Amino acid sequence: MATAEVSVERPAATTGEKAVRMISRTPIHVGLLLIAVIWLVPTVGLAVTSFRPRDEIQSSSWWSSLTDFNFTLHNYDLVLTNAKMGTAFVSSLMITIPSTLLPLTLAAMAAYAFSWIRFPFRDTIFLLIVALMVVPIQMALVPLLQRFRDFGLADWYWGIWLAHTAFGLPLGIFLLRNFFITLPRDLIEAAKVDGASHARIFLKVVLPLSVPALASFAIFQFLWVWNDLLMALIFVQNSDLWPMTIRINQLQSTYGIEWHLLSAGAFLLMIVPLAVFFALQRYFVQGLLSGSVK
Amino acid sequence: MSSTAVPGPVGRPRGRRLPFYKRENWQALLFIGPAVLVLAGLVLYPLINTIVLSFANTNGRLEITRWVGFDNYKTLFTDDKDFLNLEVFPPEGALINNLKWVVLYTSISLALGLLIAVLSVRVFYESYIKAVIFIPMAISATAVAIIWKFVYDPDPNIGSLNAVISAFGADPISWYGRADVVNYALIFAYVWASTGFAMVVLSAALKGISQEVIEAARTDGASEWDIFRRIQLPLLSLPISVVAVWLLINVIKLFDIIYVMTGGGPGNASEVIAFTMYDETFQNGEAGYGAAVAVVMLLLIVPIMLFNIRRFRSERVVG
Repeated sequence: MATAEVSVERPAATTGEKAVRMISRTPIHVGLLLIAVIWLVPTVGLAVTSFRPRDEIQSSSWWSSLTDFNFTLHNYDLVLTNAKMGTAFVSSLMITIPSTLLPLTLAAMAAYAFSWIRFPFRDTIFLLIVALMVVPIQMALVPLLQRFRDFGLADWYWGIWLAHTAFGLPLGIFLLRNFFITLPRDLIEAAKVDGASHARIFLKVVLPLSVPALASFAIFQFLWVWNDLLMALIFVQNSDLWPMTIRINQLQSTYGIEWHLLSAGAFLLMIVPLAVFFALQRYFVQGLLSGSVK
Repeated sequence: MSSTAVPGPVGRPRGRRLPFYKRENWQALLFIGPAVLVLAGLVLYPLINTIVLSFANTNGRLEITRWVGFDNYKTLFTDDKDFLNLEVFPPEGALINNLKWVVLYTSISLALGLLIAVLSVRVFYESYIKAVIFIPMAISATAVAIIWKFVYDPDPNIGSLNAVISAFGADPISWYGRADVVNYALIFAYVWASTGFAMVVLSAALKGISQEVIEAARTDGASEWDIFRRIQLPLLSLPISVVAVWLLINVIKLFDIIYVMTGGGPGNASEVIAFTMYDETFQNGEAGYGAAVAVVMLLLIVPIMLFNIRRFRSERVVG
């Protein structure tokens, strides 16, 4: 689904027209500027605070420090070591990467079958999976936790990997199937006529052509799992294995509100999603749009 | 392999049936098998299990102690002041809080998203504005909670909002410490995080509207407002419903931001149903009661699910 870069009105032609348009647009500019400020101030304020020494945070406002320029990396140092955010970062990675690759693999396989293999009840099963997309995690928490405990899966990451895979599958299958069916029929037919098995078609034809869609879902799932709190709270029982979302909350309860630590912690938590977002923005937006609009 | 059969997503095999056709079923099993197994075992089976659990009481180790029929549900709706309190006006409780979210969070996110989509299209820095608004979508609700806890801090030296307020001479307000404002504070923080989604969807939809129709209306003398109200808005009704569905599902599943910013407090003022489920199950050890709350969540989501399915089906017919 391409978003056309079409402007909603005729572009200004002469310089005179441009000037008039810009001036008559002043309310729009002011409005948008105000909105942009409201959107940026919260994050910027916290960012600046994370670089300020502890006593200064209590005594002067963060915007005054923009002129004082007394910044330090000490908070980050503290938070990475004492508050264990460093290990939590590694934990977050350990949780997120398999929780992305597993559902991606299973969903791609299933989506291929729903697109290009004919089998009985295909559409019914697909509809059921689409229905599962909105089931709240709460409906599965307790039974899952009990089963995981029974099989010893709650000690390490096995439990949370399985949980995230299970709940990521419906969306993944939905997104990927919607993409796979747009692939050219002739290509697949030709491969079939050549005697290729579905496995071959899947690996050699469909997957290479589907990199944007696979990337979209992978990024979406990655961010979703990285940012998750509830599943981690329940399925990661071992405190040594806590991801960043849990650790940073711990920062709150044990130290009260120590903003010098909390702000640095929050930013460490945000670095990865922001980096992924900036680098792969297009895929992320594409994934969102295709998952919701179609 | 000569044949007149046309296998594929839409075709029906005509003429001779190939042995390949039967082989397809086995291959299909291989492809969907793992996913279906995972879904059946880790989503469907626990779902049924939880429904069953809601008819029981449990101990601290989440083991069933006795069966109580519909008692959990009865208590939930009639005897649990934290969940639903109809004896005061206006009504209070976690369920009522979700209702506040449904009304305010959904409408404000949509309105703001639409506003920004419509305005930003007319300026040259459109992509920057949109990026700024969209960025909060990437960060976790946990981070959103912390960022806004900072903004809402009662100390004017720390909390940006109270700094603005005291600059105007008024007293600082304890935004997340007061039961009467805490929910609105939370709602606005999450609106900040979610408007980007509404904006992106609606902006894309706006740009998909045919230029000619708009030009024709303009030459016919229609004002910008007319064009907006009579041409653009009706054509946006599908994307708007898509965004609305996404926002509503968010409301029902709301947990992280409450847990991190207020822990349901002050008292129980900012609790929502997903929080109630967590609290009852994992803090109070009442997994059966928590299961009943989870079932209520599911029941609230089912109408949305049906709406989604119906929309998906009709799109297949049309598209």
